[in-house]
Order: sequence, then C-alpha cells, then structure tokens
Amino acid sequence: MEASLQHRQVTSPTNEPAGVRWTLILAGLVYMALFIVLPVIAVFSEAFAQGWGAFFQSLQSPDAQSAIRLTLLVAAIAVPLNVVFGICASWAIAKFEFKGKAFLITLIDLPFSVSPVISGLVYVLLFGSGSVLGPWLRSYNIEILFAVPGIVLATIFVTFPFVARELIPLMQDQGSGDEEAAISLGASGWQTFWKVTLPNIKWGLLYGVLLCNARAMGEFGAVAVVSGKIRGQTTTMPLQVEMFYNEYQSTAAFALASMLALLALVTLVLKTALEWRFGDELAATGRGH
Amino acid sequence: MEVRVQNVRKEFDRFPALHDVSLDIASGELIALLGPSGSGKTTLLRLIAGLERPTAGKIFFGAEDASEKNVQERNIGFVFQHYALFRHMTILENVSFGLEVRPRATRPAKAEIRRRARELLDLVQLSGLEKRYPSQLSGGQRQRVALARALAIEPRVLLLDEPFGALDAQVRRELRKWLREIHDRTGHTTVFVTHDQEEALELADRLCVMSQGKIEQVGTPDSVYDHPQSPFVFGFIGESSTLPVTVERGDLWLGDRPLGVSGVEGNGPAQLYFRPHDIELVEADAALRGVVASSRRVGGTRRVELELGGSAHRVEIDLPFDHPAGERSQISFRPKRWKLFPAV
Repeated sequence: MEASLQHRQVTSPTNEPAGVRWTLILAGLVYMALFIVLPVIAVFSEAFAQGWGAFFQSLQSPDAQSAIRLTLLVAAIAVPLNVVFGICASWAIAKFEFKGKAFLITLIDLPFSVSPVISGLVYVLLFGSGSVLGPWLRSYNIEILFAVPGIVLATIFVTFPFVARELIPLMQDQGSGDEEAAISLGASGWQTFWKVTLPNIKWGLLYGVLLCNARAMGEFGAVAVVSGKIRGQTTTMPLQVEMFYNEYQSTAAFALASMLALLALVTLVLKTALEWRFGDELAATGRGH
Repeated sequence: MEVRVQNVRKEFDRFPALHDVSLDIASGELIALLGPSGSGKTTLLRLIAGLERPTAGKIFFGAEDASEKNVQERNIGFVFQHYALFRHMTILENVSFGLEVRPRATRPAKAEIRRRARELLDLVQLSGLEKRYPSQLSGGQRQRVALARALAIEPRVLLLDEPFGALDAQVRRELRKWLREIHDRTGHTTVFVTHDQEEALELADRLCVMSQGKIEQVGTPDSVYDHPQSPFVFGFIGESSTLPVTVERGDLWLGDRPLGVSGVEGNGPAQLYFRPHDIELVEADAALRGVVASSRRVGGTRRVELELGGSAHRVEIDLPFDHPAGERSQISFRPKRWKLFPAV
C-alpha cells in the first residue's frame, strides 16, 4: 500500500501534461518573437545600417535636434499636468460620493476609446479659423493650432487616463481609513496628503507616470492633426520620423525611431525594476498588474 | 473629560442612521456602545469624533460645544477596527505621528517626541519593535500600536471602533483584559463600539445598548442584564426565551394552561421573557410542560429545547448537565425570574 503510494506520480489537478505545456510556451514565444522582438531589432539594425557615424550624424541634424527638444518639452508639460489632474480626479472618485461619479469614470476612459485622430480634430474644431475661440485668441497674438500649445493640448488629452486609471483602483482599495487616522491625530489636509496619501500611492503613481511619459513622447495621430508639421518648429519625434521616411532618409528615420524604441525599452526596464524591487509593496497596496 | 450628546440626529442621503439620540458620558468612564450592525453605534462614535457631522443636535466636551469643531480641533484618540496604521512608517514613526504634525509652537522637540513614543510603546508592551513596519506585526500587536498612537496626542476622549473585531477569540480576550488595565492606569474617558455582548459586559463600566438608530437602554452591565427595559435588550443581551401569554385575574396563562405564576398585574395578552437558567423544575400541574426536542452541552450545564405541549412554541431552558432527561422525556418547569412586555 505504502509502496504503491510512493510510486504513483503525484500531479496537481491543475497541471497540464508536458506536451501541452511546451506547445503553449512555444506558441507564446514564437508569436512574441515574430510580432514584437523582430520589429524592434529591425529598427535598430536599420538605424545602424550605415554605421555609427551616420547614426550620430543624422541625430545631430537640426531637424532631428529640434524634434527631440520639442518632444521633451511637450512631455515635460503634459506629464506633470496629468499627474496633478490624475491625482485630483482619482482622489475625488475614490474618497467622495457625488452625483455623476460613474459618468466621470467613463469620461476619463474616453481618450482610450476614441481614435487619436479625432482627439486632434477636436482641437482643430475648437481653435481653428472657423471657430469662435481661434480668431479671438489670435487677435491677442496667441496661436494654439499649428504651434506648441496645440501639440501640448492634444498630448494631454491623449495621455490623460494613464495616471488616473492607475490610481483610481488603488485609492478605492485603500479607502480613507489612513486619512481619517491622520486627521484624528491632528494632521491638516496638506500634512495628510504629503505624509500619508502620497506615500501610499507612490508606486502606482510612478508606474502611471512612466506609462504616461512613454505615450506622451510617442503620440503620433493626435499630434499630427494639430501640428501642421512645420519643419524645425512643430514636429515632434514621431512626426519627424515619418517625414524623414517619406523623404527616403531611412538612416535618419530609423536613427530617430531607435531613440523612441530605446525610450520604450528604458520604460520597460524601469517598470520591471520597480516591480522586482517593490513587488511586495505593490502587492501589499493591492495593485492588480 | 465628560461628553454630552444632545438630541443628535444623523441622516445619510435622507436615510436616518440616528434618531434624536442623547447620551451623557462621565469623565473617566469606560462605556460600550453595543448593538447589532446597522444600529447606529459606529455612526454615534464617528459623530463624537467629528468624522461625521450631525444633521441636528449638539455634542459637548465638558462645557465646550464641540459640534462646530473639526476632527483636528477636538483632540480625540480614535482606534479603527482595521488598525489604519501608516504602512510606510515604522512603529515608532506611527506612534510619533500625532506629535510630529503639530504646529511648530506646540510641537515638542524631536528627542522628546521619541522619548514619549518609546514610553507609550512600553505601556502597550511593544518595546523592542520600534523599527518594525506594521506588516511585520500580528493583528493584536498592530492594534496595540494603534492604541499607543492614539494615546500619544494626549486625547481628551479615547474612541475605539470595534477595536478587537478583526482578531481571533484568544487574542481578543487577552486584549480586552489588557485594555481594561490600560484604562484603569491612564483614566481616559473611553467609548468603544462592539457588537459582542460578552466583550461589553466584561469590559465596560456602563453599556449603551442601541438598536435601529435609537438608544434602548443605558446602565451598568448588571442593571442591563438583570433589568432589561425592552424586549430588544432582553433578547440581545444574554440568552432568552419568549412566549406569548395572557394575563387573567393575576395569573399567567399559556393558552388554556396556567403557568403557576400569580400576582401579576394587568390584563390581556402579553409577551413573557425569561432566561434559560432562571427556571425551576417543578412537579405540579400549574407549570409549563413540554417534551425535549433537542439538547446540547453548554459549558457546565445542558441547554434543552422544549416543545411545549399543546402548542407549537419552543423554549430553551438550562438543566444540570447530569439531569437524566433524554429525547422525548417530559419536563415541567416555571420561570423563576421573568419579565412581561406588551404583546407584539
């Protein structure tokens, strides 16, 4: 009896046979290699096709330089604004009960569900020459469309959900017990926010910022509509990549594209590092990723 | 600090949670707000704390009207059921928090804050765990940290919301005894919320029994247990059995059967309440008689469910554990102590 128990292979009921397991793993890997890894490699190999010299030279061209500067500027404005608004919105949604809450939650998701081109067109309608606002602002010498403000607005619109989406479930899960404890101990509203709320959400926030930043730098559709593509003035990196490509400057196009791809990789590494380093805390604060 | 709750009403979205509640809490006493869930006990506690605003009525701390003050100004210590410790702070930082956030003018020096926090950790018997984080402590330890944190601000009133609700029975009993000791040593006016009558009876100087947003009875554990003033209190505190009876010519009747209890005032239908252990077994005709439907051992006695003859009523009584009665045997008894309430 004992012997037969020892010899019987003990498998958990949720374990699949080895053949099935390997097939599934292989299918996953091949799919990823084909659709994700291969294109990334292609971008880099194309960028370096003419050697390192050509790569750096094309990055130093005035057009490329100005595109990089503009992209950094746009991200530097859009990301902090979305952090502030994201925290406000998730705070309101998670900690208060008010009319129209469900509507607000749906609204936050709108940029995700709407095509980026439409996000851009909205601003053309709002600030274009046929609109009310556009000519009025122009009379004060304020240009929105085909200028940096338009690009920033479109980017904010498109990247708005990232921080809020990340924080809402986290803050809802945490409830307001900690905040109540803090104010009962005499802490003011600001003290409670800086010393209790912010530390509680910091990893979720950082995660949201990373994703928001990656999208802010990489956005093409919405920005393309409002930018006007004035060379050296209103072209961000993704737009400049397209322009180079259309002009058959493939080294320049791929060199700039590789910078964007690099950004994506850095984001991924940071995100993984965060999860690895603070995995316990992330799990403890109930983040579901 | 004495606390006076005066005609307080609280509505949530037009739904009343408290109806016109008044309660006087004496300085230095340990009072329990006891009731089933939905009775409004936690709402009352949060109103005293200032975490909720009353729809109407006032709350006084001593002579001072606290109703208009916010939580920070009321200087209360609040302990939450789920601890609400700051997870990114060490135990020492948690306990120091209330002093650290004070405005510069009233904030003690850093060394003094640390010293007081350590002293409090000593009081709650957690010395040596200063550098730990809340997640590294057991539930019982966390709740003791929460109490130390609340005591650190030298609160005028200590408020505890089901403080032991999330702990297992063994730890709960230990902490109960320990909280009583702390209270006797520090003398804070303490209000705690519980749905556990055993906890309330054992721990509190006075009980405030609540049901459906109203106070049913306030009194010492003995008076509430021995002299319940309403059917709800009788049923909620301690074990009870109840029967619909009739009062006629000074006697109690169940249907057409006299109970052998005389000298009763009033006339007409009424509801009889008695406790399973407050009965005597008798060999008389004028008594409640029934057959044993089930029996189980409760501590040192045997609790027997009787199906009363001629009616569908069932009552529970306690018998000595060595009583020979078995399934289906006949038992006659009279309640020794009982109370009548108007028929429902």
